[in-house]
Amino acid sequence: MADIAAEAAVPFAARQRPPAAVVGPAAWARTNLFGSWWSTALTLLIGYLALRFAWGFVSWGLVHAVWSVPHNDAGQPNSAPCRAVIGIGACWAVISDKYRFILFGFYPYDEQWRPLVCIALFLGLYGVSANRRFWRRELGLVWIAVLALIMLLMHGSATLGMTVVTDDRWGGLPLTLILATFGLALAFPLAVMVALGRRSRTMPAVRLLCVVYVELIRGVPLISLLFMSSVMFPLFMPQGVNFDNLLRAQVAIILFAAAYLAEVVRGGLQALPKGQYEAADALGLSYGRKTRLIVLPQALRIVIPPLVNTFIGFFKDTSLVLIIGIYDLLQSGRAAVDDPVWQGFGNEVYILLAAIYFCFCFAMSKYSRGLERGFSRSRVR
Amino acid sequence: MSVTADAIPEVQSAVKAGAAPAIVLEKVSKWYGSMQVLRDITLTIAQGERIVICGPSGSGKSTTIRCINRLESHQEGRIVVDGTELTDDLRALDTIRREVGMVFQSFNLFPHLTILENCTLAPIWVRKMPKAEAEELAMDYLRRVKIPEQAKKYPGQLSGGQQQRVAIARALCMKPKIMLFDEPTSALDPEMIKEVLDTMIGLAETGMTMVCVTHEMGFAQKVADRVVFMDRGEIVESGTPARMFNDPQTDRLKLFLSQILRGH
Amino acid sequence: MSGTAADPRYAAPRAAPRRRMRLSWSDPLLRNLFWQVVVIGGVVLLVWYLVGNTSRNLQARHIATGFRFLTQSAAIPIGESPIPYTPSVSTYGRALLIGILNTLRVSVIGVVLATVLGTLIGIGRLSKNFLLAKFTALYVEVLRDIPVLLQLFFWYGLLQHLPGTRQALHPIAGVFLSNRGIKLPWVDWERGDTGAVVAFVLGAVLTWLWSRRAAARQARTGVRPATWPVALLLLVVFPVAVWAALGAPFSLDVPALHGFNFQGGITLSPEFAALLVGLVIYTSSYIAEIVRSGIEAVAQGQWEAAFALGLPHGIVLRQIVLPQALRVIVPPMTSQYLNLIKNSSLAVAIGYQDIVSIAGTTLNQTGQAIEGVAIIMAVYLTFSLSISAFMNWYNAHIALVER
Ligand SMILES: Nc1ncnc2c1ncn2[C@@H]1O[C@H](COP(=O)(O)OP(=O)(O)OP(=O)(O)O)[C@@H](O)[C@H]1O
Ligand SMILES: [Mg+2]
Repeated sequence: MADIAAEAAVPFAARQRPPAAVVGPAAWARTNLFGSWWSTALTLLIGYLALRFAWGFVSWGLVHAVWSVPHNDAGQPNSAPCRAVIGIGACWAVISDKYRFILFGFYPYDEQWRPLVCIALFLGLYGVSANRRFWRRELGLVWIAVLALIMLLMHGSATLGMTVVTDDRWGGLPLTLILATFGLALAFPLAVMVALGRRSRTMPAVRLLCVVYVELIRGVPLISLLFMSSVMFPLFMPQGVNFDNLLRAQVAIILFAAAYLAEVVRGGLQALPKGQYEAADALGLSYGRKTRLIVLPQALRIVIPPLVNTFIGFFKDTSLVLIIGIYDLLQSGRAAVDDPVWQGFGNEVYILLAAIYFCFCFAMSKYSRGLERGFSRSRVR
Repeated sequence: MSVTADAIPEVQSAVKAGAAPAIVLEKVSKWYGSMQVLRDITLTIAQGERIVICGPSGSGKSTTIRCINRLESHQEGRIVVDGTELTDDLRALDTIRREVGMVFQSFNLFPHLTILENCTLAPIWVRKMPKAEAEELAMDYLRRVKIPEQAKKYPGQLSGGQQQRVAIARALCMKPKIMLFDEPTSALDPEMIKEVLDTMIGLAETGMTMVCVTHEMGFAQKVADRVVFMDRGEIVESGTPARMFNDPQTDRLKLFLSQILRGH
Repeated sequence: MSGTAADPRYAAPRAAPRRRMRLSWSDPLLRNLFWQVVVIGGVVLLVWYLVGNTSRNLQARHIATGFRFLTQSAAIPIGESPIPYTPSVSTYGRALLIGILNTLRVSVIGVVLATVLGTLIGIGRLSKNFLLAKFTALYVEVLRDIPVLLQLFFWYGLLQHLPGTRQALHPIAGVFLSNRGIKLPWVDWERGDTGAVVAFVLGAVLTWLWSRRAAARQARTGVRPATWPVALLLLVVFPVAVWAALGAPFSLDVPALHGFNFQGGITLSPEFAALLVGLVIYTSSYIAEIVRSGIEAVAQGQWEAAFALGLPHGIVLRQIVLPQALRVIVPPMTSQYLNLIKNSSLAVAIGYQDIVSIAGTTLNQTGQAIEGVAIIMAVYLTFSLSISAFMNWYNAHIALVER
């Protein structure tokens, strides 16, 4: 509105400087740290606690920490230096000694480059999918190809001259990534169908089925589904047919994930303005085309941020599979300190695991928040 | 909207000569961080006087009237409202907010209360009025703003113009001596603007001291005793509406008026 | 509308014509029917197939289905039980009931504590104090992004590594932390204590009645009689007086070390304590976000309008801000409560005997896999559905009226 030219034409007195009480670091501290006696007390208390804690952590984790321990001739580590500083310093030596086991579980030592490549592939896949430039149909094909490649690498193939590693020896971070990512990828189509079914007006029986499925799964804890997969699936199969443990857990996670994803997708379908449906009808599109061409592409875009949040949830929840005896990242970490040499150094390992989980989840939640902000800015209403 | 239309019958001036001023601003300055948004504002408003404040966006109009009921605090200068100086003293603040009503651009009705409850809330809790009496009073004002039949509805069920009239009634229920209006019509569609302006003109006829931020020049012409033009945190020019609109003295006001007229 | 029937221009209201289905593929009704039959038929076939397999498998393993095992005596050792239980004598039914009670115990206490902690943290995030706002933000960010199971293991490990009973930590008088759990003092319950509790409940009811009377009085005269002196009298002075009149019994049952063990006081087992702490801290980080966004959802203009009317701060909070914030807060809050209850099933990983743990042992001992899983699911579904029912009721109750 206001013309820039006009502003320049009008002479204007130089601005006064604000009184010192209003700006400057002292003023900042006065308003943000010492605004009232109550705020001052809080500042002092938190400042004191934070300094003490930070100092305690530095002293434990850095100053008095043991970074490596001597090994005897048989290659066995000697944890005596660590035991000497228990309660005073951290024993990071457990990590430098055991990190391969924590990351890869019982995967054969010489073949561990394969899960490492898989981790890289997963990270690449996430990175590509996060980039809005690549949100095209072809991305689905990329996912299928990469996931197949990961399966091939993990399992190996005798015809290609690779050692076959059966999935009872898989473990650690790649397994966690596999459970979460395959869970998401395979649950997603199911979730879309359930969400469409739940919104169907014309097929009450299908709608009822979808409602029951979603509410049933969301009403029970994941553990009960994992239990079901480990004790009931074997009963469901014809005699002689046997699924292995990992596959059963994966199926349970997919069924679990699909119910939650279906609700997310349904949210997207609901958020789509009614006019979009009506316009598609007016164009004379059939239900299938309308859904595929108009409704889903828009609805799925809306749901990407909540989808990422749901995925963060699954990523954390995959740790529950350890209850039915699968060596995911958390369980590998726990197993590492079952070694009599390292018993009692669980906290150091837990800190490492927490850091790994935190990095993944924090990056994803940061991304989803950024996306949400971007969406709300670009929304034209 | 013609600036020179003097066919409109003006509302009789209600300024009480000789009475103590209703509002005094003396060299008021305010900063947000290091940005100065009010510069030495000096303005005396008599009892019963009707002031219209206008000026380009961001010139500090809202800030000025929000300082008058201390929704914002000023950092330099003095503000005296109805004989009470605005300081950090909470008791003074309570007194002033009782005497000063305010109407916002975005209505700010309480969505979880009915129209009637919106109007009776403050009389009940601040004026300690019995409920029946407060409801009677509220209905009285709702009748004056011509929507008594909406009393049992919720704000979400009303049109923008109706909501703003409820907001005016809600403020009047506190029987304030001074009313502040911050662009009460700029969130409204043209056909609703008139119903709100008519309400405000009706209020002006009762002799209420009013400070209005508005760009409705017709309203200013008809109602205002004085028009104050602000730009970049300063009062640039003030005078009677006829003088201000027909014979602007400063370039900034001329420019502003030409933009306003072009805009309409 | 009364004249409509008499007016010949208006025929008697007539039901909409029912559309007949045509036997043609281009009839949408037929198509819908077809697809529904296909989907439902598919599901029925799948279930039939699975049931068939299952019954053959069960036969092969000589397992009889049914809930008869509930009345058999259970050989499950149970550490913490709110009701009497003797292993190998009491039934599986009773063991499972203990599991449910244990789940409820940790869930109810957890929900209350998580709400309090989460609300404080959420309000802290809105604080003007820079350090408090940053500290609470860090709390929320870090704890939300670490799996709850890992947190449980961490707390459990910490509690297990406490010194043994003889060197138990003793932070404040009467509290002992050792690897056998947390010992807290408890009052020896006597008649006077019961009297005081009854007096307190009575006082609470009377306070409520008084505040209703105060509201009525306010409506009538405009002046609201002060509530807090009466509340103080009824809730504090009255119970204390009753307690004193009944002889002022006061003897704390303070835990004390006798030989190798503690005597007196109450014990929180390491399992219970770790589960409770883990669930409360994890859930509170979610609740904090809900509370924060709920308060932020009340527009700034609402505060301003209320202040401009001269309403005092307390009334603004009570009458304007809280009612609006609660509408935003309650639905996601209930789903967090549900999550806490579901997450309490992780008890099985650290050996607290909740319903999942006891049902798991039961199904291992009896081989009744289907019944065991069904019991777990039924218990949780009952919790979930009752909480959802409450939420639906609440949502309908408070929905804002819109145009
Ligand atoms: N809370 C705030 N923090 C920082 N700056 C602010 C704040 N509120 C207002 N300002 C700034 O103060 C200046 C004056 O604002 P004010 O709202 O008083 O303008 P206005 O004249 O009412 O404009 P408009 O016609 O657009 O309402 C503007 O530059 C604005 O950006
Ligand atoms: Mg403004």
